[in-house]
Amino acid sequence: MDFLQKISHVHLDVLREVGNIGAGHSATALSKLLNKKIDMTVPNVKLASFTELTEWIGGPDVVIASVFLRIEGDVPGSLFFVLDVKQAERFIQQLIGDRQYSLADLDNQELGFSAFLELGNILTGSYLSSLSDLTNLNLYPSVPSMSIDMFGAVISYGLIELSKVSDYCIIIDTAIIEEDEPDTTVKGHFFLLPDPDSFSVLFKALGVNAND
Amino acid sequence: MIEQRDVIKVGIAELKAVKAPKCIRTSGLGSCVGLIIFDKYSEVAGLAHIMLPDSTIVKGGDINRSKYADTAVSDLVKSIITIGGKQRSLRAKMAGGAQMFHFHSQNEMMRIGPRNVDAIKKQLKVLSIPLISEDVGGNNGRTIEFDPVTCDLVIRTVNEGVRKI
Repeated sequence: MDFLQKISHVHLDVLREVGNIGAGHSATALSKLLNKKIDMTVPNVKLASFTELTEWIGGPDVVIASVFLRIEGDVPGSLFFVLDVKQAERFIQQLIGDRQYSLADLDNQELGFSAFLELGNILTGSYLSSLSDLTNLNLYPSVPSMSIDMFGAVISYGLIELSKVSDYCIIIDTAIIEEDEPDTTVKGHFFLLPDPDSFSVLFKALGVNAND
Repeated sequence: MIEQRDVIKVGIAELKAVKAPKCIRTSGLGSCVGLIIFDKYSEVAGLAHIMLPDSTIVKGGDINRSKYADTAVSDLVKSIITIGGKQRSLRAKMAGGAQMFHFHSQNEMMRIGPRNVDAIKKQLKVLSIPLISEDVGGNNGRTIEFDPVTCDLVIRTVNEGVRKI
């Protein structure tokens, strides 16, 4: 049987806490950066097929802005920060102080990309450092990379290592929401996708037996 | 007037075959490759959304054969022949295998797109199926759709519009 199918509710609860703490710190960082109230949802943790993951936020060809990094160290894996493109544009406008900024304006694209990448860098960095503090494990983020493209094309990078041993993944998804934006249901998402061997390390560090 | 067409969707690491007037589509190809094999005389076509080059790295257990280039290509041929395709008329087209992210690290994982493309070409050669056209590499995600009647492969990207091969 697929090793991920043996994962119990206790394990999922532990992973929910991981998503909670990680995204909680990121939300705080974002709130300070933009001087705005940022809310977050209860993490959604689920054992899912690859197709379910690609359908997760509206389908594999939904266009999103994303920052992706590899986690190296004790718990190798992939971490994504995914944002609706319009929301990304609003964040960029606030960061660079230009209300007119548009990602469609090719002449100024680079400035916005750079601001967005830095935003992603700060948020994923706080996610990982809080996780590292919680578990006492060494987690080293790679230099992050960004892409504005189809969700399926982006998130499938997080499945490469898993797909060598499994047809399932565990989605640890935490959404953050900007308050005072009633016109939108727009959310930012953090997706943590640990590599196969990382689960037992993570569970052990958090005091749960991998075989419980 | 645009007709309401019947489009069969293929998910990640899946494989399906259709007969005209149905079309076949897969969405959000990144490093994965969408391989089409078709027989224009019988108007049948199959699509495999391939994730990895090689199944031999898998240790034991059942594998999902649609996920790997070395197993998916021959399975795709079988499923097309089952619904009326003729071996000697089979042709192939493919798209995908992009490098969505750029890292300075030498991680082999980041080169998975080109490796998928190479592994599929190798299999097509083994099975003597000519590759008519391809749109691979680059750093764009792709959504592809194939019509077994026209035998056009339509490729949609976010940043580079639509093209037909």
